[in-house]
Amino acid sequence: MLAEIGVASLQELFDRQIPAAVRLERALDLPAGMAEQDVYAHLRALAAANTSAEDEVTFLGAGMYDHYVPAVIDMLMGRSEFLTPYTPYQPEISQGGLQVMFEYQTAISELTALPVSNASVYEGPSAVAAAAYLAKLANGKARVVVSRGVHPHSRAALRTLAAGYGHQIVEVGLRDGVTDPDAWAAAIDQDTSAVIFQQPNFLGAVEDASALALAAKDSPAVVVGSYDPIPLGILKPPGECGVDVAVGEGQTLGNRLDFGGPSFGFFAATDAYLRRMPGRIAGETRDVDGRRGFVLTLQTREQHIRREKATSNICTAQALNALAGVVYLTWLGRRGLVDLGELLLQRTHYAREALTALEGVEALHEQPVVREFAVRLQAPVDRVIARCQDAGVNPGFALGREYDEHPDGLLVAVTEQRSKADIDRLADVLGAAVAAERQTAGVGA
Amino acid sequence: MADASYPDDLLYHPEHDWVRLDGDTATFGITWFAQDALGEVVFFEPPEVGSTVSKDEPYAEVESVKAVSDVIAPLSGEIVEVNAELADKPEAINEDPYGDGWLARVKLSDPSEKDGLLDAATYTKSLS
Amino acid sequence: MSATTQTPLQREEATTIFEKGAPGRRAFSCPEMDVPVVDGLLPDGLRRSEPPRLPEVSEPELVRHYVNLSKRNFDLDSGFYPLGSCTMKHNPRLHERVAALPGHARLHPLQDPAHAQGALELMWNLERALAEIAGLPHVSLQPSAGSHGELAGVLLTKAFHADRGEERTKVLTPDTAHGTNPATVTMAGYEVVKVGTNADGGVDVDDLRAKAGPDVACLMLTNPNTLGIFDSNIEEIADIVHGVGATLYYDGANLNAVMGISRPGDMGFDIVHFNLHKSFTQPHGGGGPGAGPIAVSDRMEPYLPRPVITRSGDGQFDLDDQRPKSIGKLRGFQGNYGCFVRSYAYIRSLGAEGLKDASETAVLNANYLLARLRSLGVADKLPLAFGELCMHEFVLSGAPMKRDLQIRTLDLAKRLLDHGFHPPTVYFPLLVDEALLIEPTETETRETLDAFAEVVAAILREAQEDPTIAREAPYTTPVRRLDEAAAAKRPVIRQAL
Repeated sequence: MLAEIGVASLQELFDRQIPAAVRLERALDLPAGMAEQDVYAHLRALAAANTSAEDEVTFLGAGMYDHYVPAVIDMLMGRSEFLTPYTPYQPEISQGGLQVMFEYQTAISELTALPVSNASVYEGPSAVAAAAYLAKLANGKARVVVSRGVHPHSRAALRTLAAGYGHQIVEVGLRDGVTDPDAWAAAIDQDTSAVIFQQPNFLGAVEDASALALAAKDSPAVVVGSYDPIPLGILKPPGECGVDVAVGEGQTLGNRLDFGGPSFGFFAATDAYLRRMPGRIAGETRDVDGRRGFVLTLQTREQHIRREKATSNICTAQALNALAGVVYLTWLGRRGLVDLGELLLQRTHYAREALTALEGVEALHEQPVVREFAVRLQAPVDRVIARCQDAGVNPGFALGREYDEHPDGLLVAVTEQRSKADIDRLADVLGAAVAAERQTAGVGA
Repeated sequence: MADASYPDDLLYHPEHDWVRLDGDTATFGITWFAQDALGEVVFFEPPEVGSTVSKDEPYAEVESVKAVSDVIAPLSGEIVEVNAELADKPEAINEDPYGDGWLARVKLSDPSEKDGLLDAATYTKSLS
Repeated sequence: MSATTQTPLQREEATTIFEKGAPGRRAFSCPEMDVPVVDGLLPDGLRRSEPPRLPEVSEPELVRHYVNLSKRNFDLDSGFYPLGSCTMKHNPRLHERVAALPGHARLHPLQDPAHAQGALELMWNLERALAEIAGLPHVSLQPSAGSHGELAGVLLTKAFHADRGEERTKVLTPDTAHGTNPATVTMAGYEVVKVGTNADGGVDVDDLRAKAGPDVACLMLTNPNTLGIFDSNIEEIADIVHGVGATLYYDGANLNAVMGISRPGDMGFDIVHFNLHKSFTQPHGGGGPGAGPIAVSDRMEPYLPRPVITRSGDGQFDLDDQRPKSIGKLRGFQGNYGCFVRSYAYIRSLGAEGLKDASETAVLNANYLLARLRSLGVADKLPLAFGELCMHEFVLSGAPMKRDLQIRTLDLAKRLLDHGFHPPTVYFPLLVDEALLIEPTETETRETLDAFAEVVAAILREAQEDPTIAREAPYTTPVRRLDEAAAAKRPVIRQAL
């Protein structure tokens, strides 16, 4: 090969192209390579040092949830034809991937009742920030009004991005577990670029989305809703609530927890925002012989064409995870999504009743809940959680980690994998943990 | 439009735009050269009626599948009309760049600016 | 095209999952309602009245639909994929097995760090490995893709300058830059200023000197660049940029050329991003997922996204969210952990020598393919755009081919599809007329490279005889050339129901 190239050695290829001053003259200070079986053993040992949903009965949610991922998804995501190709730049040989995108866009459009969806963005919190960026480019106004019920990571991502492109962030607090309607209305003015709420909110409460959207009617603001997709079988969808842009975390749709990623974010909107959408969009067309086919379309929005004026810088997104998403929604089907929603509604209610009946546990709010709820513990939350985990149950998220105003709060999530028996066990374990901590603190039994 | 053409009754801007004068009003569009370079036009983003345009500054965008082009204003003034037909039929810009493919009508703020434009012969020559 | 000459896949009309199935069919069986049913939990005003019109299919229908759909895709496991700038190297299957281990796959991101020591150790080890490869000590794995890493880098730069009480307004990028670079600059609130390219394909140093001033925050560079050229002036470039107090950002998309050979930190860069879905074998998935970790110098460290992984004296790992100067968060949780598992497995499999080997072979393969094309007489129709040798990829210009054979780079690409190859990247970088950007990677055999070169030569010979063949290609793919103009003019982006 070297002879074909016309050089005397491999070194010559580098000597002629890279200045000596920047050549690394030593080996990389990394361990030597290992045989496949040894790499496997090492990764397995690391896995064993983690307590996963396989090792404890978990009620931990707060943005990602332990739903059941059907085996068909593992099989389909593992297929070479879906796993290994690149972004479909040559549509003639990428009809599989492009049609999956088209089907995914259709599924998200149906779920949200909004006509336009893209082919995915990275995940939930950055999607919220991307929606604010869309609003900035659309109306140029200075302020974003965001509810404190929006996931703390979404609010953080919004602040980080807004510090770059320039938006002032105004946070509206919660009252009785939902966005304070008076404070919300008072915060919205003619300089408001976007208003953002979450459904259900971080404390698990179902918001009055239509009212929140209506409050922005006479302002230039883009109404953004960050939605959990799973309850959308039973909850009124954003498109019917006056929401302009709906985003959300797609992990619960057929993707594993994976310590936080990869998952996907969905991004849907009204027709007015079609040409302002970030990310890839697949469109239908015909080939020269009249066959139905699909292509990436409206590419002039994107970075590879529009460059500094693009709607986003996104290039690689989450196509494989979006495939899992549309397969999951197809697997659930029309009836399945509703049945799942009703099951979660009832089990969540049952769980809230069971826990608030315990000594030292009371509801943090009384709002309707569909899969997650918040309680207040009369005992140090972190220590209660540790006791529960020792007993093989993860009771949920310590709200005090993100909300100073709820130092005694615990956020409890229910999925279809948590049966009545699991919930009863949670009640027992939590009850015992709270009692033990109260006794230690000398609080009366 | 298959063959290059640059009508004599129009004035031209070096950034490949044409002007048809009608007293104090002018119609703007892009030349055969511009539409040929762009390829099939798929979308035209018109300016707002009532907005101001300035000579030599971009006032709209034309898109093909794989490219976006700024459209440069050949003269200054106020937009009084935009070609609404282009929303459904952007390809008119390719098929009839000087007729049905017109982009905007402008009430000129400084008609003397036209003296800075090129005639058909000079513009055509500049292309070779 | 008559019905008899069509391939089986061409005969199959594309039907979406929404057009299949029947009411009542389902794949999912809901677990039993094992709690008492209570009415009125959700007020009517908050309830959905009509369920979304998702498909109603059984599991066999679902499987058949998606398996058949997969057959309408070309993929890396199936054939050569020399997409320049994308580093389509083999995705080892061990990685899927380890990523699926429940200890990794079913781990909740908010699990108590004391119960996630394996994950934190993995991320820590990956960070140290990336730091060593980059020559920069501090790493964040948080960004979700290369362009996300770019955004992190530019926001870090902004925070760095603000902390010094300076407000700079411009970021410089070469005119050969990938589109994500200028798009990122705008998102971060800066103005893009382009720097020219010299005759050797590197940065025009005089142009850079003229444009580098106290209002410049950063220069974003890829080295080797998108032309496959290693910029030999890199030290001088770094001096100019640092001399005006700006930061130097490295787009790691082309890292596959230099692992273990040259390090961005040693070249003078302050911030580097990696594309784990390029050099580090995270499968591309048809458009993601990926990951875009960053490595930074000491002076940029305080601004890293939070949380940061820490290790105590006794080897306990933790997540530190108390980072007052941090730019904050770019996304939820810690990043695309599933990608970290795979990339980490790759790095442990190859080790120090293996990584260097990979880059050496990548550069060897690219130069070999270039030489083969030349010796087959391809060069006068598709000449190399810059220089003589290349790094891990090279750019040819199809301008002579267009002039002499009346076929364009696009037509060559479409004709390659009929021969079972994925085409190289076309029409990028913008600087080269009728560009064809070819990156074979190190995991391709000599036989494959020879076969590809033969086919390119054959297509040119064919065009000499009859240019219409390539112009109307492809003929054998599931669909033929598609009307992209119609798709853009009247967008149909969902199935009508």
